[in-house]
Amino acid sequence: MTNTLWGMQITAEQLLTAFGDTLYMVALSLLFSGLIGLPLGILLVITRKDHIFENKWIFNSLNPVINILRSVPFIILLVALIPFTRFVVGTAIGTNAAIVPLVFYAAPYIARLVENSLLEVDKGIIEAAQAMGATTWQIIYRFLIPEGLSSLILTFTTATIGLVGATAMAGAVGAGGVGDLALSYGYQRFDTMTMIVTVAALVIIVQLLQSTGNIVSKKIRRR
Amino acid sequence: MIEFQDVKKVYETKKQAFEALKGINLTVEKGDIFGVVGYSGAGKSTLIRLVNLLEQPSEGTVLVGGKDLTSLKPKELRAEKKKIGMIFQHFNLLNSKTVFDNVAMPLVLSGTPSNEIKQRVEELLEFVGLSNKAKNYPDQLSGGQKQRIGIARALATNPSILLCDEATSALDPQTTNAVLQLLKKINKEYNITILLITHEMSVIKEICNKVAVMEAGKVVEQGSVLDVFSKPQTDTAKNFVRTVIHDEVPESFLKNNEKDAPVIWKINFVGSTSGKPLLSTIAKKYEVHLNVLSANISEIQETPFGNLIIEVTGDKREIDETFQYIKDQGILVQEVVIND
Repeated sequence: MTNTLWGMQITAEQLLTAFGDTLYMVALSLLFSGLIGLPLGILLVITRKDHIFENKWIFNSLNPVINILRSVPFIILLVALIPFTRFVVGTAIGTNAAIVPLVFYAAPYIARLVENSLLEVDKGIIEAAQAMGATTWQIIYRFLIPEGLSSLILTFTTATIGLVGATAMAGAVGAGGVGDLALSYGYQRFDTMTMIVTVAALVIIVQLLQSTGNIVSKKIRRR
Repeated sequence: MIEFQDVKKVYETKKQAFEALKGINLTVEKGDIFGVVGYSGAGKSTLIRLVNLLEQPSEGTVLVGGKDLTSLKPKELRAEKKKIGMIFQHFNLLNSKTVFDNVAMPLVLSGTPSNEIKQRVEELLEFVGLSNKAKNYPDQLSGGQKQRIGIARALATNPSILLCDEATSALDPQTTNAVLQLLKKINKEYNITILLITHEMSVIKEICNKVAVMEAGKVVEQGSVLDVFSKPQTDTAKNFVRTVIHDEVPESFLKNNEKDAPVIWKINFVGSTSGKPLLSTIAKKYEVHLNVLSANISEIQETPFGNLIIEVTGDKREIDETFQYIKDQGILVQEVVIND
């Protein structure tokens, strides 16, 4: 145990690797769940009654599916999805494998948050767009998204932080990461120092994410 | 230019249907500044939204430039909408974009080359007098400035019709006046037909040449502004006219003369008749005494429009003859009835 740090049972290298794993999982799952969640969130907004792409069928089928996915606890999702994960990634164990359930967890969450952000956009703006003869697509990317951007940034900040928390549980499938260290060393082996250091690391990550999100959102919202 | 033919609009909810428009017939001619006035809930907001199909008519036809927009394909409809500008009570500008980008938006949507956009937007900002605000954001502007940006944006695609949805209702009186003068200028210089809805009769008086009064989903009165102002027929119209032309006899005056009810006449002068020396003629011709209680004159559509309230005393027969004489002159006179 020559490389241990501050009396922890883990090495500095282990901590750094865990840090990298966490960032990797958060970044990739955020990317994929954003790619899925953003369009779904937009669909939830524009297909509702009296909106620009009113469609009962889409709205009424999408809405419960998102609710169902949102109500399954992540740890169960993680296990339940193992066959699917194996099919997609080739293995059900490890950092890459954890990304699949993380996306299933975050995509519906992001869809809901995006929906909330875009519903905040003043209906008058959409009315003005329609009066100008904008197409549905133009209304989305020229009006809805720019007007909701500041709120969308906060949405994605919240989702990212949610993902940081979820990666801790991904240790259950051997995914690694800071949260996994906290559980397997700090909690299961009563290594208090590791627990403190890892939790502190998570706190710093979350703080950094939230502050960055706030600053960017504020900058876009202006005054 | 815009024609409503038996237009009905029904909003269906799960439990009941609400009839917002109950058979509207209106014609807005090219070059008109047509005002629709009514209390909130009268249906005027629905009415104006039928013109550019922000709302679909349930029954009847709305013709814009002779075309029924509901029969067009989506692409044709979007092209047609570019010929109809619209401004709103709450401006509906994009807060995330600069003034320049806001005004440029309709041009960007139709894929105009950026050098043309730049030229057109500069021209429009100059026209509304806000060239120096191009780089500002809407939240840095006052209400009046925001509405002028709204106007510039609405004019970007060179429309032939401008729809104004309570465009001055969120503005203070002075700013309102400036915006109205701008609308008048647009109508004159670009020959753009304007359809506006408002709940303020002063707006109608200031710039419209034609007016329709709406109540509970119906047009209860319509005609030239001068006609409706000088001879309002319905109670709603009378109430609206009263908000800008004060020709009420104060109640206290009527009550002070309880014993002997005074004879009070209200006389309206329109146009050339306002120039004749009516009172002095009466005084010479008939044995009656005239007491002017109130008089005022204003201008509607560049025509002088005045009213006079007089108390008449004298012999009953002389009074009746005088009344007939005024009528014979083609002057609108009516007796003010004192109701307890």
